[in-house]
Amino acid sequence: MNFDDTPQEAAFRAEAKAWIAANAPKQYEEELRKSSLGRTQLKGANILEVAKAWQKKKADAGWACLHWPKEYGGRGASPIERVIWQQEEGPFGKLSGMFIIGHGMCGPTMMAFAGEDQKRKYLPPLASGEKIWCQLFSEPAGGSDVAGLRTRAERKGDDWIINGQKIWTSGAHYSDYGILLTRTDPNVAKHKGLTMFFLDMKSLGVEVKPIKQANGASDFNEVYFTDVKIPDSQRLGAVNDGWNVSLTTLMNERMSIGAGVSTGFPELFEFCNSLMLDDCPAIEDRNVRSKLANWAVKASGLKYTSMRAISALSKGERPGPENSIGKLVAGSMIQDVAAYALDLQGAAGVLSGPEDAEATGKFQAMLLRAPGTRVEGGTDEIMRNIIAERVLGLPGDIRVDKDVPFNKIPTRGRG
Amino acid sequence: MNFDFSDEQKQMRDEARKFLAEKCPPKAVRTVLDGKASYDKDLWQGLAEMGFLGVAIPEEFGGAGAGHLELCVISEEMGRALAPVPFSSTVYLAAEAILIAGSDAQKKKWLPAIASGSAIGTLALFEGKGNPSPEAINLSAAGGTLNGVKKPVPDGAIADFAIVAARTGSTGRDSDISLFLVDMKAGGVEAKALTSLDPSRGQAELTFKNCKAEPLGAAGEGWSVLSQVLDRAAVLMAFEQVGGADRALEMGRDYALDRIAFGRPIGSFQAVKHMLADMYVSATLARSNCYYGAWALSTNASELPEAAAAARISATQAFQHCAKNNIQVHGGMGFTWEFDCHMYYRRANATALGLGSLSYWEDALIDRMRKRNAA
Repeated sequence: MNFDDTPQEAAFRAEAKAWIAANAPKQYEEELRKSSLGRTQLKGANILEVAKAWQKKKADAGWACLHWPKEYGGRGASPIERVIWQQEEGPFGKLSGMFIIGHGMCGPTMMAFAGEDQKRKYLPPLASGEKIWCQLFSEPAGGSDVAGLRTRAERKGDDWIINGQKIWTSGAHYSDYGILLTRTDPNVAKHKGLTMFFLDMKSLGVEVKPIKQANGASDFNEVYFTDVKIPDSQRLGAVNDGWNVSLTTLMNERMSIGAGVSTGFPELFEFCNSLMLDDCPAIEDRNVRSKLANWAVKASGLKYTSMRAISALSKGERPGPENSIGKLVAGSMIQDVAAYALDLQGAAGVLSGPEDAEATGKFQAMLLRAPGTRVEGGTDEIMRNIIAERVLGLPGDIRVDKDVPFNKIPTRGRG
Repeated sequence: MNFDFSDEQKQMRDEARKFLAEKCPPKAVRTVLDGKASYDKDLWQGLAEMGFLGVAIPEEFGGAGAGHLELCVISEEMGRALAPVPFSSTVYLAAEAILIAGSDAQKKKWLPAIASGSAIGTLALFEGKGNPSPEAINLSAAGGTLNGVKKPVPDGAIADFAIVAARTGSTGRDSDISLFLVDMKAGGVEAKALTSLDPSRGQAELTFKNCKAEPLGAAGEGWSVLSQVLDRAAVLMAFEQVGGADRALEMGRDYALDRIAFGRPIGSFQAVKHMLADMYVSATLARSNCYYGAWALSTNASELPEAAAAARISATQAFQHCAKNNIQVHGGMGFTWEFDCHMYYRRANATALGLGSLSYWEDALIDRMRKRNAA
């Protein structure tokens, strides 16, 4: 049992470390290090531009999309090398936020289902951050129930005509391309009538409307499709086989481990060391210590769970569904941690302006962003289902619409 | 990075699991739980023959000399099987105290006896309510004799020797505390078995009256040795707790798959599925904290005090959580004496107390984290 790199891993780490030291945008390091959930912003700089520049620099030197094949803009690195890179990239990795969906989900789906010419055309600029991709799956009627989507694609000669609406599309407002899941046959059971495409987000008839979220920010969008034309050559997989194509996308979502999830604990621990309560640092209060200890062991438990997963990767094993626990535990924890940090401030905890708030409103921002974390990429309930079904082997939920033709499934709960 | 046990260590775990499945079925636990025996003597001898009692004792003192990682995997299996033997008191507490502070003669006398199963040891620390602290130790030592009362003492009524924490000074510092080794057969100490939450492992009251005792380690260093012993025992006990938590989860899962209600297995209901998923989450977090503790223990890392506290808290919570919800999954049947659920519930709550309570370790963890951050 050890934390040591193998000689090859150590060599790779040294190479990555040296390159990052020489090339990373150091002027933003401190701000990025201090940024926590809901508060990644750079003063006096456009974060999108900074992020694109850093990604381009990485791509030019062969450090972008490490796990992708070289011919598509990657490095052909092993999963463990990718983890080592993430560890070394540290706070600069926070600049990759807007590329995660493209790199983690759209790219791998294109690799599995697009034609060779298309892969060579679209993947390198995706890897280098010159083009940003989004994923158009969720709809008002289907978030967790992805297969319940209603956006229609109808064949017209060599084209498909798309009509409908997507929602919760992160980054659609700055995306160049998207992968799109549509319904092509409403007369069969819901999983059997779906087809996947990719499209240019600037296509005629695509309208992106940012959603103002509960925390006041707008990271997500509604996307409307009105008679949008997509050539059949941009279909991914067979007609009506979109469900299987989407499973490839979703499985890739869970492959990314090692960067570490945000729990809010280090921020709270630091805060309790500095906050004075009755002339003593908060951390000397017995109740505070008990709360902190409970969160400390969750945070360390997550950290060492991910170390175990990295060890498995290092031995060539694939990460399994057990990795769903990271988001499940961290999501509600950060929500509770933020609320507690405000509670410690009493009435003043309500104030979030820089002149009033302790730690300049960090915990208020965390509190307001956290509900989204518990929902995006699968709700807590979906994560628990994954653990119960795929790890513990319990029966799947009963799905009464499973064998019913899509157009016969009831659409309203009452009346 | 290889943050995992080696194949050999995993093989040892499989061996221990197989051995315990055969020699320590729930029926064997019940024999002790029902008061028909004070511990399972056959199992104890069997564990000695398998080399499990002396796994972390050096070969020169009659052990297998394997190390603490190996002891961790054995401990996990002991917890899984609820082994009704004085394993934690003898191996985690007494043997570790002698390994840390014993003279060569003490090591030669007691360690081979532990490894061979011929001596049961314990640590007499507590004196009634409260948590480990130098202030709570009042038993006095003067002129090589001890006077005072210790309780609860784990397995105290069946122990052949005890490590006793005594007050040897009045400066108000930690250095007032010294350790002594008492041969229970030598006279001067009276042991009385006490009833407890978990009768599958005994508790006792020891009364010392002018009891002859030999010092263990240097005078005034008792508290420092005790702190080390408690940290090591916390990691080892945490493995027992994780073993118990895993078994409780497994029992709940199996029952949820077998038990039909409203026309389907109860494990298909989300309320039950999600309860089991949460049990898995707490057991997994605890296991990961335990691995960190095992690494720190086996490398004698400076992180050990912090890692031990984290493992202890996390494993205590996980075992309590899994044992409690295992009963819940079983419904009414889980509340019967006949089902084994209550044995895990008892053990979970008893092991939560023996080395200092949850709140004691919470306090310790934050203290240790602060010290590290300040350093």
